[in-house]
Amino acid sequence: MDIHEYQAKKILSDFGVTIPRGGIVYSPENAENKAREIGGSRWVVKAQIHSGARGKAGGIIVCDTPLEVAQATDKLLGKKLVTNQTGPEGKIVNRIYIEEATDIERELYLGLVFDRSSESIMVVASTEGGMSVEEISKEKPESIIRSKIEVAVGMQSFQARELAFGLGIEPDLIRRASETIIGCYKAFSELDATMVEVNPLVISKQKQILALDCKMSFDNNAMFRRNQVSELRDKTQEDSKEVFASDRGLNYVSLDGNIGNIINGAGLAMASMDMIKLAGGSPANFLDVGGGATPEKIVKAFKLVTMDEKVKVILVNIFAGINRCDWVAEGIVDALKKIQIKVPLVIRLAGTNVEKGNKILKESKINYIEANTLEDAANKAVAALNK
Amino acid sequence: MTVLVDKNSKIIIQGFTGKMGSFHADEMIKYGSNVVGGVTPGKGGSKHLDLPVFNTVKDAVNETGADASILFVPPAFAADSAMEAADAGIKICVAIVDGIPSHDMIRIKRYMRRYTKSSKMTLVGPNCAGIISPGKSMLGIMPGHIYKEGRVGIISRSGTLGYEAAQQLKNLNIGVSTSVGIGGDPINGSSFRDIIEKFETDDETDAILMIGEIGGPQEVAAGEFAKENMKKPVIAYIAGLTAPKGRVMGHAGAIVSAYGESAIEKVEILKECGITISKNPSVMGDTVKSVLEKM
Repeated sequence: MDIHEYQAKKILSDFGVTIPRGGIVYSPENAENKAREIGGSRWVVKAQIHSGARGKAGGIIVCDTPLEVAQATDKLLGKKLVTNQTGPEGKIVNRIYIEEATDIERELYLGLVFDRSSESIMVVASTEGGMSVEEISKEKPESIIRSKIEVAVGMQSFQARELAFGLGIEPDLIRRASETIIGCYKAFSELDATMVEVNPLVISKQKQILALDCKMSFDNNAMFRRNQVSELRDKTQEDSKEVFASDRGLNYVSLDGNIGNIINGAGLAMASMDMIKLAGGSPANFLDVGGGATPEKIVKAFKLVTMDEKVKVILVNIFAGINRCDWVAEGIVDALKKIQIKVPLVIRLAGTNVEKGNKILKESKINYIEANTLEDAANKAVAALNK
Repeated sequence: MTVLVDKNSKIIIQGFTGKMGSFHADEMIKYGSNVVGGVTPGKGGSKHLDLPVFNTVKDAVNETGADASILFVPPAFAADSAMEAADAGIKICVAIVDGIPSHDMIRIKRYMRRYTKSSKMTLVGPNCAGIISPGKSMLGIMPGHIYKEGRVGIISRSGTLGYEAAQQLKNLNIGVSTSVGIGGDPINGSSFRDIIEKFETDDETDAILMIGEIGGPQEVAAGEFAKENMKKPVIAYIAGLTAPKGRVMGHAGAIVSAYGESAIEKVEILKECGITISKNPSVMGDTVKSVLEKM
């Protein structure tokens, strides 16, 4: 789960990280007042969307008067911002963060992630703040310093100090820098985060160490014990079909193609997408109804896939184990009584009681194309598309 | 494979009296697995499915001599249960449950460091289908009848894709020595490399089919291990050629976040390690067959 910049900053500030003064607003009038309240003579108006690279997309505007702040807010609110991370449809701006402008002396990079190789938390830092970590590792790989943290004992002061000295921070600021790094680590480990990225982490001309921009992601599996974090979810930033799916216990990812998929198991779903591609087609979605493929899930899956107007063919591929094919077939027949399908439907069943399952489908008089293997299913789906 | 489970493995079910635990315990017993009891805290002393229920794993081990366990406890309590099993002297534990927080998985793995290599429990999963040695024992939730007894080892992150492979092999009259589902989570108990190493020393296995997917470093680590240390042939399929970068594809661990984690990159690296690649998921069985014929 991702959260907004302003929410991440609030969290970091609770863990002792200094952030510029700022506030969230929902209207231009609100924005003007907020700018006066914050004080100072320059402000940054920042569109809150779940994406990086907002600056290049025009989502960050520097202003010199409260009136300009109001105008910039008016310009951004309700707009869809397209960045290199949002996809072509962009993300809607519903919230604006107003922040005092910072006099920047140096921009640094600080990121914390799970390292799957060492199964620990990795802190990554670089002197090249402001660039994305991908750009840094391509263009300035020598600037990157890493520190692996033993989660059982947590981050130690010396580890934070090593990073701070490694970044070339002047001696007077080392203590504050270490506290900042440890604050980020604590936020990561105490809130079940999967990513904390402060980019840039800046040293201001007034010698303050500030988190100027921040991104945080959290482990969905741990949200049951993180109520305060899970409340920060903003569904307007997610694909509406993906929200519909996750609310119903389905794993769904929206894609660009036109062959809709209903499959049980994530691995089998990815494999089926691969077969569609090899057969010359393109999947409209990834959809895993779960290993069990219960009739309720199948109904929900049909609803979801038929919501997508791009879909010109639907491919159902279920490998039934303990949930037998006959049971799955009855689920499909039931679902098709409730939901009208206007596009060709290819069904491939495999596993336990496959003959019984196919017999139920045939006798139900539903209009579908039967397939036997993964390859057969993909070929028939692509062929149906071209008819 | 006798390394993980066999006819003599004494199995207990953690979360025995729940719906999932009861259903799958029954399936395992029907398959012929030697289930000796189960654990549900607070229900010790009672009977369930004609088998004894214990309050703690330690009690179960002391009374029954159990050496294998399978977890059907909710994700919030799964880490605790796995550590309890390790502490009680269980040798192999399968965590079926999907949804264990990653921070908990790291905690389990750190906890396990207190044991020496010889006394350390093997944890398989979470978010997996479990283990089956066809004709011997099933410590999992798979449909046992799709597995024919034989000499090919299977390791898969995905459950249903592992079934697909077993079925393809059976259709070609090829059997399986053991199939291990290592699960779809980013941090898991046993990696491809851990299991592939066990297959290499198993005298009932001739060749290994490894079914990977996008995300994480484990397929490549297994490939590099195979190149340096293995004599038995390894065949691999990697799912997710069409998966977009940066998106989680169902499995929490199926996300491309670094170089070498996409399906194409993994395939290239595995080829360099001398591993035979199954070009698509429809020919996993055929690819294994052609490798076996060349042996």
